[in-house]
Amino acid sequence: MGKGILIEGLKKRYGSGDTAVDALKGVDMQVAPGEVVGLVGPSGSGKSTLLKALGAVIEPTGGRMTLGGEVIYDNGWKVKDLRALRRDKIGFIFQAPYLIPFLDVTDNVALLPMLAGIPNAEARKRAVELFKALDVEPRAKAMPSQLSGGEQQRVAIARGLVNRPPVILADEPTAPLDSERALAVIRMLNDMARKFETAIIVVTHDEKIIPTFKRIYHIRDGVTYEEAGEGRSFD
Amino acid sequence: MISLAGRDIMHAWGKFVFTGVGLGLLIGITLSMAGIYRGMVDDAKVLLDNSSADLWVVQKDTLGPYAEPSSIYDDTWRSIRGMPGVARTANVTYLTMQVRQGEHDVRTMVTGVTAGEPGTPGWPPYLVAGRQITRGHYEAVADIASGFALGDRLQIRRNHYTVVGLTRRMVSSGGDPMVFIPLKDAQEAQFLKDNDAIHQQQRRTAANPAFNRPQVPGLLDAVIASQSINPYVNAVLVQIESGHRAEDVAESIRRWKRLTVYTRSQMEEILVGKLIATAAKQIFMFLVILSVVSSAIVAFIIYTLTLGKIREIAVLKLIGTKNRTIVALIMQQSIALGVIGFVVGKITATLLMAPIFPKYVLLEPLDSIIGFFAVMVICILASIIAIRAALKVDPAEAIGG
Repeated sequence: MGKGILIEGLKKRYGSGDTAVDALKGVDMQVAPGEVVGLVGPSGSGKSTLLKALGAVIEPTGGRMTLGGEVIYDNGWKVKDLRALRRDKIGFIFQAPYLIPFLDVTDNVALLPMLAGIPNAEARKRAVELFKALDVEPRAKAMPSQLSGGEQQRVAIARGLVNRPPVILADEPTAPLDSERALAVIRMLNDMARKFETAIIVVTHDEKIIPTFKRIYHIRDGVTYEEAGEGRSFD
Repeated sequence: MISLAGRDIMHAWGKFVFTGVGLGLLIGITLSMAGIYRGMVDDAKVLLDNSSADLWVVQKDTLGPYAEPSSIYDDTWRSIRGMPGVARTANVTYLTMQVRQGEHDVRTMVTGVTAGEPGTPGWPPYLVAGRQITRGHYEAVADIASGFALGDRLQIRRNHYTVVGLTRRMVSSGGDPMVFIPLKDAQEAQFLKDNDAIHQQQRRTAANPAFNRPQVPGLLDAVIASQSINPYVNAVLVQIESGHRAEDVAESIRRWKRLTVYTRSQMEEILVGKLIATAAKQIFMFLVILSVVSSAIVAFIIYTLTLGKIREIAVLKLIGTKNRTIVALIMQQSIALGVIGFVVGKITATLLMAPIFPKYVLLEPLDSIIGFFAVMVICILASIIAIRAALKVDPAEAIGG
């Protein structure tokens, strides 16, 4: 697979000696561009460790990761600037929106392309385009505190997409939302994945949205196994 | 790239400005302390400037007349006047005391000046109201800071004086306003005893067989008469002729008159380096303490502001923000706080604090410039703790689990 996400035998060990804990014991995953897959598992199963390793914020202890066609880890980091990697290749959507409270909605989203060196006007234009797609354009000049929970989460999704990354990691993006809004968020992620050819992994416990995935990875004791999902319609 | 620091400040500008005002009051006090020190030095210099003297001739081996008591005969000026290079001489006395006016009294430096004309050493070089002393007794010229007005009646010891002129910035090195009176009155004021003390001294003299000899009529009266006059002054002020070096004339007086002579620079060194040295050190210590307190407050404020943004900083780091952008965010806020504090402090020191201090507060532009850069350095250093805390934030904190 040229693009998307490819994980082969990914391992992560915390500590050493008798106290060592193997959080990931050889994880294999594959997500195609334009695809949204679920990652589910109980607390302590290794979900967050996998997400952090994929997000290049912790270093695995073995295995291989390919994001957007680029091998970023092969028993050691293959890229020097992990911040630039996160900024340019990975979009993050968190459980809570975590918008910057002192920036308005547009600048919250435009900040990422600005950090990547894109001129302010172009960065804001990209943000506004996403707002149209996510139906938050009328709130473009509002401050985060003036938005509802659903609006904030949509802005957070726009932030994850604005640099057009090949990969998006969504950590429990529907946790604070009711069923209707949760399904709307997943619908949006599917739309965006198709539109921008983005591979999206959604970590979730949310029983409401699990049936919407066509493919689901279960993780337990640091090992993943794949299952076909129901891929239910959002209607 | 947008200014994250500016947006954060604008988002909570009320809190930020309020904090800056609080810091500004502290900076205002610091600037005022520096101004008080400058004022003390200036007081010492104007005392020397206003005396119009080039040399101060004082009692041998003393630091008189300002830093130590000095007593020389009041006819010494004659022999000095005749020496090469001397243009003018004048006796002078200085006595710091409470001067009464009606029901209240004011601490002043009473200065006895010889009869003469404007420009005579020791005379106030200019007046802001009224006239100079023209009578031999019971007239005074007072500094306006004493609170006296033209026509006021002052009481110095047992005698009353009428204020005929007012000066400005005529103060002692301690900042006490000067009151000029005729030399003879000042000599009397300096050594005048009360009636009981005079009576007792006369009785003791009469009881001394060395002074009260039956074979020498008039001896006792002569001794008592000599005890009732004061032939001393504190210093002789000397103006030198143009073309002569002050140090050469001073050396000549030292050699031939066996008196101590100080030039302007030596006297300045005595006043600034010795007389106000302890007070200056005290103020310097206050400045150090205030600077440390200001630093601690800025550090605490910036650290607290940063801790309040830990989650946002984690998100910023996770999405790829460079460390220097986060450092700039914190440092710019710290510097902005310093700028607000300095502006508030400067305004406070100039408009609110300096006018209400009883002593002269001299706020020099150079001190303000130094103060501004010191505040900037303090703010930058104070932000280091917060910057360290921000750089330690793990971007993984933004991801749950």
